[in-house]
Amino acid sequence: MSVNEAYITGIGQSQIGVKLDRHPLLLTVDAVKEALAESGLTIGQIDGVSTYPGRVPQMLGFSPVGADDLIDALGIKAKWYAGGGEITSQLGAIVAAATAVKAGLARHVICFRTVYEAGATAKPDEYPMTRRDRVDGGSQWTAPFNAISAANWVAQYAMRHVKKYGLTREQLAQISLTDRAHAALNPRALVREPLTMDEYMSARLVSTPLCLFDCDRYSDASTVIIVSAGDAVDEVKCTPVRIAAMAGSVDRHSWDQAEWMASYQTGPDLWKQTDYTPKDVDTVQLYDGFSFLALTWLEALGFCGIGEGGQFIEGGKRIALDGELPFNTFGGQIGAGRLHGFGFAHEAVTQLRGLGGDRQIKGDPKVAIATSGGGPLATALLLARD
Amino acid sequence: MSRALPRLDSINRDFWTGGAEGELRIHHCNDCNQFFHPPRPVCRHCLSENVAAKAVTGTGVVDTFTLNYQKWHPKMEVPFVIARVEVDGAPGVYLTTNIINCDPQQVDIGDKVKVSFEQQDDVYLPLFEKID
Repeated sequence: MSVNEAYITGIGQSQIGVKLDRHPLLLTVDAVKEALAESGLTIGQIDGVSTYPGRVPQMLGFSPVGADDLIDALGIKAKWYAGGGEITSQLGAIVAAATAVKAGLARHVICFRTVYEAGATAKPDEYPMTRRDRVDGGSQWTAPFNAISAANWVAQYAMRHVKKYGLTREQLAQISLTDRAHAALNPRALVREPLTMDEYMSARLVSTPLCLFDCDRYSDASTVIIVSAGDAVDEVKCTPVRIAAMAGSVDRHSWDQAEWMASYQTGPDLWKQTDYTPKDVDTVQLYDGFSFLALTWLEALGFCGIGEGGQFIEGGKRIALDGELPFNTFGGQIGAGRLHGFGFAHEAVTQLRGLGGDRQIKGDPKVAIATSGGGPLATALLLARD
Repeated sequence: MSRALPRLDSINRDFWTGGAEGELRIHHCNDCNQFFHPPRPVCRHCLSENVAAKAVTGTGVVDTFTLNYQKWHPKMEVPFVIARVEVDGAPGVYLTTNIINCDPQQVDIGDKVKVSFEQQDDVYLPLFEKID
């Protein structure tokens, strides 16, 4: 173990469901306990907390639990903590933690993402949506035109691929079909039934070219990743996974002024941080809040050329569990649920430890990629068991 | 169609009310002579504070688009076209907008469009329609 490195030493996840009764703080505690048990650490050894995007009072279902809440609830004595949405997307919280442990600010950091977007809709009294008479900030440039959902914003990027590169719906479908096939092998996944091409092609359109099955759906869950300093890894009993490289970017955090998507900056930047190359990668866990984002990550990370993503995944064999580049082996957000970024890091570590069960990829995987975002914000992690 | 309206302030008022005089107004730097959007009290190209809204021709080109089919509100009439329009005369400035008064299936990237303001309360929304 190198003392100057950061490692993922524990992972945990609550049940994943829709409109769960369990309080979101308790879902978070479930994930914390699982991660601690796996790592062999006690809560007393945790001295840092990092989360995305912190507690969001005006959209409590989106983020009901802040770092403050967890620190107080579990009696954590933290020497460093952070939580906020102004970061290069969800996995930016893990980048922050890795940076902190490398700097000696903390030894073991709990990173978490808790979502309760489905549960909140069932309990509007407890989780009210704050409505204003008028919109301001960045929303004023899209909401007045009823471009309300991220589906509308991502769809416009996807339409460029359709028109410029000839991306077809049959090609794009392979993201969702692969997600759903893999989710069927993941006992925790929200959706366990595979999706057929016929079902995909006949699904109702949301925002062209995206249909219902190109979108993830509101879920309730918590995912925890423990990040530890290199000189603290000997306190851990499970196999540590090194954060071999990390990169992130934002150009303009608006969906309509940026010239292009942030993933196309972050992908090449990741490779500048490491001697590993795309051909060393055993599995990719790529953000798929919308299927098209995952397709662009494949291009941005150099697994195929820009504009070639549709052809790269055509037929689906290449990105299947037994393909040359197993993709979203837990089902992604489209199959496993909208874990919002952290699920990708959780699964990358699961695969590198050989603990995937029915969905474990063959061979002896040593290198994996996890990403989050991809639109105006992007983060990529290269994880290695080396 | 029902729309969420922007809260007007000293910085964005020129953009959202220019339609009262039939003008599409984009923030412009009087020092480096470049346009930028959204409006702010400082130029993102040269950091000058010598900035003000300036009328452009009101024409543009569809950079990309989507047909929205999802009823995000029960009263929403679908489908409708959401587009990102590149504003003529203001390089690098894009507006999210709707393309109106045409068959939604007939909108494409590269279409030439011109502004058509829709007034709601004190706001003049810059929508666009195709130029034949």
